[in-house]
Amino acid sequence: MEKRVKFKGWLLPALLIAPQVVISAVFFFYPAGQAIWQSLFIPDPFGLSMQYVGLGNFEFLLSDRFYRASFVTTAVFSILVTLCSMIPALFLAVIADRLIKGSGVYRTLLIWPYAVAPAVAGVLWLFMFNTRVGVVSWYLGQLGYDWNHVLNGGEAMGLVVVASAWGRISYNFLFFFAALQAVPKSVIEAAAIDGAHFWRRFWTIVLPLLSPTTFFLLVVNIVYSFFETFGVIHTITAGGPQQTTTILVYKVYSDGFVSQDLGSSSAQSVILLVVVGLLTVLQFKFIEKRVHY
Amino acid sequence: MARETHGMVEKRGSGLWLTHVFMILGVLVIFFPIWLAFVASTVTQADIIRPPMPVWPGDQLWNNYKNALFSGINVPVGTMLLNSLIMAIGIAVGKIIISLLSAFAIVYFKFPGRNLFFWLIFLTLMLPVEVRIVPTYEVVAGFGMLNSYSGLIFPLIASATATFLFRQFFLTIPDELAEAARVDGARPMRFFWDIVVPMSRTNIAALFVILFIYGWNQYLWPLLITTDPEMNTIVMGIKQMFPSGDDFAHWPTIMATSILAMIPPVIVVVGMQRLFIRGLVDSEK
Repeated sequence: MEKRVKFKGWLLPALLIAPQVVISAVFFFYPAGQAIWQSLFIPDPFGLSMQYVGLGNFEFLLSDRFYRASFVTTAVFSILVTLCSMIPALFLAVIADRLIKGSGVYRTLLIWPYAVAPAVAGVLWLFMFNTRVGVVSWYLGQLGYDWNHVLNGGEAMGLVVVASAWGRISYNFLFFFAALQAVPKSVIEAAAIDGAHFWRRFWTIVLPLLSPTTFFLLVVNIVYSFFETFGVIHTITAGGPQQTTTILVYKVYSDGFVSQDLGSSSAQSVILLVVVGLLTVLQFKFIEKRVHY
Repeated sequence: MARETHGMVEKRGSGLWLTHVFMILGVLVIFFPIWLAFVASTVTQADIIRPPMPVWPGDQLWNNYKNALFSGINVPVGTMLLNSLIMAIGIAVGKIIISLLSAFAIVYFKFPGRNLFFWLIFLTLMLPVEVRIVPTYEVVAGFGMLNSYSGLIFPLIASATATFLFRQFFLTIPDELAEAARVDGARPMRFFWDIVVPMSRTNIAALFVILFIYGWNQYLWPLLITTDPEMNTIVMGIKQMFPSGDDFAHWPTIMATSILAMIPPVIVVVGMQRLFIRGLVDSEK
């Protein structure tokens, strides 16, 4: 779509876009270019000179057991976060949708966790499962289960998944609820007259009608688990134990800032860049469809 | 259509009662971590380190919050709150201003390189700051912007989401308005101030809510560039309050800080719920 009316001149528009151009160039394009450039070099141990290694950093990364493990960790983590945040959200939205009155009150209460930063959510869940003072871990201990996410990789993963999914339930709830409210009531009634009971109506009519929303949320939640959960991981496990919760973004940070391995960290940034690109394409492909459905 | 008339679909009696029970259970489960944090912020350290901790608030609320706000552990939490506020408002306002201006230029002007510019800012949508941390850090350090508000704010407004949103909205403003302005001899900036900005009020407000939360909840970026505790933001500062060794963390202070860290965004989200939901839906389109 284009405007028919255009103002003339080039100086004014140039001034208008200047702030965005300057900020994007300095804080976005230059650093992104640097990441690509640095990924082709290895700095010497004293950081004094750089040695060109071509795709050496990438070759090294892809043959690195820990990096490949981090890919698997990220995949497992994001699938679990997506499921753990979407299923309860859908369940709550379906219940809230059945209410004539009061759904507004529940909605107000349920959107709270969205406002809680992932890092703060991490601290709250860490507190509940803390091995020495945590309430939940204490009761688990009374039941004979010895909770220790500091040593047990599976428990660590479970904890960061739940802490990451928690705030997302609010987000997904809002989208599911809005979509459910938009389902035409006449369709539901027709099915009800035909004798279809609630769950049957849900599986055969409502869920298919929700599929655009569901697909959209799938992509958005995967993007979230990839890039916005750093705070949760850093506060709860710091990637441990034995890197079992080191997702890709966390590895960029720990290799780049903690171990100061710039070449590897930049190569990882470039790989992530490709991943984001693919996810964005997926998202836009879908949005085009959604606009026309 | 009034939904009350559809007795066949809407549950009545015991079904409705059960629906409320499920809903309340859901809310309780979701709220439990926040409740525990609140309780922990009202009791003494001794109450917490002998588990299980109490489930009802104690009488230390005033002491714990006063202690956190004015003394804290590394730095008073009041200072961190102020830093977060400046960062969140700076990001929201800064991003809204630069995007309003550039969206106006893209939609209402024909200038050489317009399409190139459009695609370049489109690219910035794709790369979150988490991915380019090392080189961005070097740029900010090179400018001497470590431990500064500008270092906290500028790298995070270099993304074009808001520009796209405003562009979409400007395209829906009737052409007649711009035509009339041009016939009246109004200069472009006058048209911008008198027509475009006032018409975008709701969009600006909705976007402000979303960007404020985004800015407030940043973690990785402040963690990298604020090495001086005086510049810590509250969300990243909480983790810094944990002792590095084997000592017990001072949970009442940490939990009071966690509650303080969530109050401003919760007020914004709950208080401006309709704008928030609108902004959420808009910014995902």
